[in-house]
Amino acid sequence: MDDKNYIAKRVAQELNDGDVVNLGIGLPTLVANYIPQEYEITLQSENGFLGMGPAAEEGKEDPCLVNAGGMHVTINPGGVFFDSADSFLIIRGGHVDATVLGALEVDEKGNLANWMIPGKMVPGMGGAMDLVTGAKKVIVAMNHTARGNHKILKECTLPLTAVNAVDLIVTEMGVMEVTDKGILLTEINPKYSVEDVQNATGATLIVPEDLKEMEPQD
Amino acid sequence: MKKVVSIKEAVDMIEDGMSIMIGGFLGCKNPFKLVDALVEKGVKDITLIANDSSFPDVGIGKLIVNKQVKKLIASHVGTNKETGRQMNSGEMEVELVPQGTLAERIRAAGAGLGGVLTPTGLGTIVAEGKDIIEVDGKEYLLEKPLKADVALIVGARVDKKGNVRYTKATRNFNPLMATAADLVIVEADEIVEVGDLDPDDVMTPGIFVDYIVGGSE
Repeated sequence: MDDKNYIAKRVAQELNDGDVVNLGIGLPTLVANYIPQEYEITLQSENGFLGMGPAAEEGKEDPCLVNAGGMHVTINPGGVFFDSADSFLIIRGGHVDATVLGALEVDEKGNLANWMIPGKMVPGMGGAMDLVTGAKKVIVAMNHTARGNHKILKECTLPLTAVNAVDLIVTEMGVMEVTDKGILLTEINPKYSVEDVQNATGATLIVPEDLKEMEPQD
Repeated sequence: MKKVVSIKEAVDMIEDGMSIMIGGFLGCKNPFKLVDALVEKGVKDITLIANDSSFPDVGIGKLIVNKQVKKLIASHVGTNKETGRQMNSGEMEVELVPQGTLAERIRAAGAGLGGVLTPTGLGTIVAEGKDIIEVDGKEYLLEKPLKADVALIVGARVDKKGNVRYTKATRNFNPLMATAADLVIVEADEIVEVGDLDPDDVMTPGIFVDYIVGGSE
């Protein structure tokens, strides 16, 4: 299994039956493929609906039905459309149980940077600032490093998306909780050592005695 | 009775230098005919207020490519490279606003409110220069209302009183923008007679709509 799907599969285990969940574009979208079938999870799309279904089949795309990344998707029975104010009422008002999104940088205080690289890439924050401010649980799903550079840091260097917002970080190397004392490595991919993970991380990891192993990445 | 007008008559009301809100989310969907007519007319120095700047060849993305926009207020511009280029070169001013804040600022203008208090953006560059107000021990940013000279919105079924029913994910910012501009023009997929829309189905009451143009499809 490639890193992206391995990460997405592990993130899916964080979701609970009945949750309302917003998945970001890219890797986070893959999480939907690993939600247990017996679970009733409602996906929220910030452009204005609940009950988002899978991508539209080729030839069956509806120009009036896209996700927040502009991709043609479907809506499940029981789904509902609304306007952007209601969409962000749901998001900001604490009615989303979990949001999963990528990051450029995360730091040990739970600060997140994922919306601009000054002078290079300024796509805008879209709904990300509202999502990480309002969702009950904020899960960052990303590759542990970017071309060898640390992404998990003592302190973010890029402009922030939100302060003290991230609860959990899932990468191909492990699962990390952001705690008051710093970043706690709770699970590790068995193909890496703790030293590997620490070397790939710009903050000092707290390693508990009962560190668990993730499922093998076959 | 609301006036059904031609695309040309509608666009004749829009002049250089106006602020224009346009509904849609990544081109899903903009009032395409009105936007194309704005491109053709070459209205310039627009302050454009929209969720995003779409794609270079879709809907409002064309207004950017055609250099008709002086200032863009949006939440996301990453899908239109020309927006980034004009922003970095200083040809166009871009104000990036968190999406939920953009919605609430427009809603506040339409609702006669002096602004909204939101936790979104605290501790980020979005908070720079803004008042922080504490309510019951919690901090919020004061975000001010956002209105425009013109709102161009898009509806699926619109009756001749201007009552609008949207469809699926095309609703997005349209109902909010309809309340927050001096002149509101709706582009209708289908114009129907008064009474053809069930009052329960109307999403934007016709009192907000000044003019109707026909036929996206």
